Amino acid sequence: MITRRSMLQTGAAAAAMAAAGAPALAQAKPYIPLISKGFQHQFWQAVKAGADKAAAEFDVRITFEGPDNETMVDKQIDMLAAALANSPSALGFAALDSQAAIPLLRQAQKKKIPVVAFDSGVDSDIPVATATTDNLAAAALAADKMAEMIGGAGKVALVVHDQTSRTGIDRRDGFLNQVKAKHSGIEIVSVQYGQGDHLKSTEIAKAILTANPDLKGFFGANEGSAIGVVNAVTEMKAKDVKVIGYDSGKAQKAAIMSGTMAGAITQNPIGIGYETVKAAVAAIKGETLPKIIDTGFYYYDKTNIDDPKIAAVLYD
Amino acid sequence: MSTQEMPIPEAKAKPVWLQLISLAAHQRVLAFASLVVLVIGFSLASPNFLQMSNVINILQATSVNGVLAIAVTFVIITGGIDLSVGTMMTFTAVIAGVILTYAGMPLLLGVVGAIGVGALCGLCSGVFVAKLKIPPFIATLGMMLILKGLSLVISGTRPIYFNDTPSFSEISLGSVIGEVFPSAPFPNGVLILFAVALAASYILRRTVLGRYTFALGSNEEAVRLSGVNTDAWKMAIYALAGAIVGIGGLLIASRLNSAQPALGLGYELEAIAAVVIGGTSLSGGRGTIVGTLIGALIMGVLTNGLRVLSVAQEWQTVVTGAIIILAVYADMMRRKKS
Repeated sequence: MITRRSMLQTGAAAAAMAAAGAPALAQAKPYIPLISKGFQHQFWQAVKAGADKAAAEFDVRITFEGPDNETMVDKQIDMLAAALANSPSALGFAALDSQAAIPLLRQAQKKKIPVVAFDSGVDSDIPVATATTDNLAAAALAADKMAEMIGGAGKVALVVHDQTSRTGIDRRDGFLNQVKAKHSGIEIVSVQYGQGDHLKSTEIAKAILTANPDLKGFFGANEGSAIGVVNAVTEMKAKDVKVIGYDSGKAQKAAIMSGTMAGAITQNPIGIGYETVKAAVAAIKGETLPKIIDTGFYYYDKTNIDDPKIAAVLYD
Repeated sequence: MSTQEMPIPEAKAKPVWLQLISLAAHQRVLAFASLVVLVIGFSLASPNFLQMSNVINILQATSVNGVLAIAVTFVIITGGIDLSVGTMMTFTAVIAGVILTYAGMPLLLGVVGAIGVGALCGLCSGVFVAKLKIPPFIATLGMMLILKGLSLVISGTRPIYFNDTPSFSEISLGSVIGEVFPSAPFPNGVLILFAVALAASYILRRTVLGRYTFALGSNEEAVRLSGVNTDAWKMAIYALAGAIVGIGGLLIASRLNSAQPALGLGYELEAIAAVVIGGTSLSGGRGTIVGTLIGALIMGVLTNGLRVLSVAQEWQTVVTGAIIILAVYADMMRRKKS
């Protein structure tokens, strides 16, 4: 009985080894583990797809790991520690809580392992680069599209999620600066904040519409804000107001298909994964990198929502 | 060794080799053997596995789960189950954050507060189970949700950082050993795990509370009929488990230098898995702290080893699940035989 049981347990261990044997042998290629914020969501699977593509292209070995959900800060730290134990050539890291990870990132720095941050930045100068969406540029594109649709003149309002977060500030300023610089015919009548809450954003947008019956366009700076604007436009039957949103999600995609929303900006998770690995490879070679790497974004509307390149980066 | 661990009658004189085999058949020894097999296997497969820094990684990653598993071992031996240990850990961490960061009180109060609140939460579960006769699965499922919600409410759904109490992170990340032996910088969190294990083992094997823990799990009715206040002892055991969970809360908060209010769900299942791998019976009456500690280490070694070998994450989960089933099956085969 003992023999049988020992065999069972040894067998399990051996199976684990066998499963691991193949990658363990391929030590020659540079090894770049990516520690992400998640693993099973569509967004992160898209990031992984981009990273795999770059790994094949630059002939490096990558692993992609993330905790089951975005609350598991300690699991992410364990993953980072295990990745460091493998003496990787470089490291990609999307911090869930950048403060908690600082001791390990210092350890990486001491071992001279370059760290590339992705998706969101780390409050530290340790990462050699951060691969993330350039929200300023993305919002500027939204402003250009808006100008195009309303003929370069008229009143436009913004509903933004908040005035303190990096994404809130960048998306607001990106839009406003572009209007100031390129589209002098557009008058910004209001910028208001709805915490990304659908209902709150709806009320804000309705108030703006009431105050400005001749409003030509709305920019909703994140998913919740954009849905709020769509709700307001529908409830007030303001069919002629052009709405531009941000990110995706079922409701936003439906609004675009039905024509309530003219179009939206989407980030590019595949680009985030690709650029992270590309930057890590460059860092291994000792090349200097820009602090921020823009991973790209798209404007999508009814005409290109099914384009494989766009459809791949949209989520429900 | 208490009789509950070793129900095999020793009266019949057995040849030495048979005695040796029955000793080896003990789940702890076999669990330990499989731990050794895993460690040797991983070391052969990867030169990075058995380095001091990675050994420290494994122990550190095991410390929180180990402490939670020790807490839940007590409850499982009584024939109960505690699903609330994960979110209770978070709740006690948030309490430490409130005491230290929001109220600016000294470190010791934060430590006592977290452990005390843990004991109180455990006592609540104990009252639900012993007095209200709610099945432990349901009572602690309710507690799990209540504590998850309260953690979010109290913290305002934001992490509470311990930047104003720099010594707080020393609880887990500092290294008393490292100051004496710089070549073995085991962090304090690991020491705390072993200290908790020693203390828990003593309580379980050498005190009245420990004896009643086994007795309740073996035959609660008989204990009651012999005039023991089983309800009171049961509540005491749940409270003790809660206090140990409080230590786990301090460990994780100290390690992250923050109380993360949304964290905690899923940790109870990992703790229960460690207990089961360590040979504690889910039907109660049998189990050891050493076994649980080994069970937690097996899980820690497995997770870390598969990661160091760069096994795909999907397969890591599959292998871990398979190991749990094998361990429990092996344990059942042994008991069938004896």
